[in-house]
Amino acid sequence: MALYNDVLMEHFLNPRNAGAMDAPDAVGEAGTDRCGDIMKLYLKVADGKITDVRCETYGCSVAIAAGSVTSELLKGRTLAEALALKNAQIAEVLGGLPEEKLHCSVLAEDAVKAAVNDYRRKYNGV
Amino acid sequence: MYIYADNAATTKMSQRALDAMLPFFTDVFANPSSPHTPGQRAAEALWQAREAIAAVIGCSPREITFTSGGTEADNQALLSAAWNGAKIGKKHIVSTAFEHHAVLRVLDKLERQGFSVTLLQPDRDGLIAPMAVDQAIREDTCLVSVMTANNEIGTLQPIAEIGAICREKGVVFHTDAVQAAGHIPLDVQAQNIDMLSASAHKFHGPKGVGFLYVKRGVELHAVLEGGGQERGKRAGTENLPAVVGMAAALKESQEHIDKYREKLTIIRNRIIDGIKENVPHCALNGDRDKRLPNNINMCFEGIEGEPLLLLLDHAGIAASSGSACASGSHDASHVLRSLGLPEEVSRGSLRLTIGEEITDAQAAHIVQSVTEIVARLRSLSPVWHDCEIGKRPFFFD
Repeated sequence: MALYNDVLMEHFLNPRNAGAMDAPDAVGEAGTDRCGDIMKLYLKVADGKITDVRCETYGCSVAIAAGSVTSELLKGRTLAEALALKNAQIAEVLGGLPEEKLHCSVLAEDAVKAAVNDYRRKYNGV
Repeated sequence: MYIYADNAATTKMSQRALDAMLPFFTDVFANPSSPHTPGQRAAEALWQAREAIAAVIGCSPREITFTSGGTEADNQALLSAAWNGAKIGKKHIVSTAFEHHAVLRVLDKLERQGFSVTLLQPDRDGLIAPMAVDQAIREDTCLVSVMTANNEIGTLQPIAEIGAICREKGVVFHTDAVQAAGHIPLDVQAQNIDMLSASAHKFHGPKGVGFLYVKRGVELHAVLEGGGQERGKRAGTENLPAVVGMAAALKESQEHIDKYREKLTIIRNRIIDGIKENVPHCALNGDRDKRLPNNINMCFEGIEGEPLLLLLDHAGIAASSGSACASGSHDASHVLRSLGLPEEVSRGSLRLTIGEEITDAQAAHIVQSVTEIVARLRSLSPVWHDCEIGKRPFFFD
């Protein structure tokens, strides 16, 4: 039996939108290497919608899979919709997470918030 | 092709050990404590196993006590030496910060019970200096416990020198030889060892059995109370099939211990050199030469060990990050931390413990897989990215 389910493993083995982005409109980072995981999201935004996403993750396999899922969930969303993304949705797409790995989905939610806030700070002056 | 490179976690049973065990489940199944003929046949086999093990480590059969494994042997050794010390007012213990938890947790417990414990830090190469042990010993020291080989980084400690110091100062010396037994030659007399713990499943014997050597004159106390087995020092009906399997496995390991060391040292070094050549910013943990022939432990900057393990598994290689016991947790290895490595660097560790059956092609596959997987994980890592653009310093050259 594998350690994690097929959906999670597939995202971990083939993370979508992985890596850094040149000239992003916004960048959000969550976590610290001291606590164990860091996720960094890069966004391209046009007309209030997220048009492209890239994700970098330092952490465990579940964090990498959560970053992958999050990058897919964000594409096409408005910034307000992105802010409404909850860790439970990310965990659900991953087929549910064991208790001790829930923090990986929280990390992703935090990275989304940081990225949207970065965009608003840059472009709206708030 | 699946390569099992996690032999420090546990090993495959040797066929010879398995064959040796089988009759003791069905034919010679009687209780060695029974006075009837079948019981006495079992008692005879138990004695022969004791003799075989004693011969390998150079002690008398009466100095061997069978246990359920390395953990129990460590517990019993430490508790016995501590109780002996307490009786004469000596309640100080010297050990090291990178012992196995089977030692460290017992020391924690003894500390709570009023003992004082000095944990020596290894140097950057994962070695304990005999001089440091010498300096740590006090008037009230009742025990020194230093492992023969570290379970994560495989470094071999100067046991004979440390033992000589202890003997000179009249302090009992225990060594956790769980990773060493069957892998490097041991001689309790030449190495001045008073107590030694070993576990069968680390040298191709069965799980759930180990032994404790205790030099005559050092009082051993029972931790498990009950029947009078093992001269009253370890209650419970003896696990005769396992004991017989352990003796056979240790004997077999001993027979080709030189060949094993020669072959594995060459392949081990080839893997270390191959990885270092192909992967930038990584380092071998622990002294390159004073280490177990089968142990490779490296840190890779910018990534975590867990995804590395899963991807290696996917590539057909079973490895470990830190020790298997600690892999479920998020904490960095206490062994790597004791070498002075920062927490984030310690997290990117990989332990490969190869087996005798490894081929040159498999060694090459390991090097190639590690190289590719580290590069792949780094391409995802914001920490690596920051190092590359100079926002964060590299730890390793």
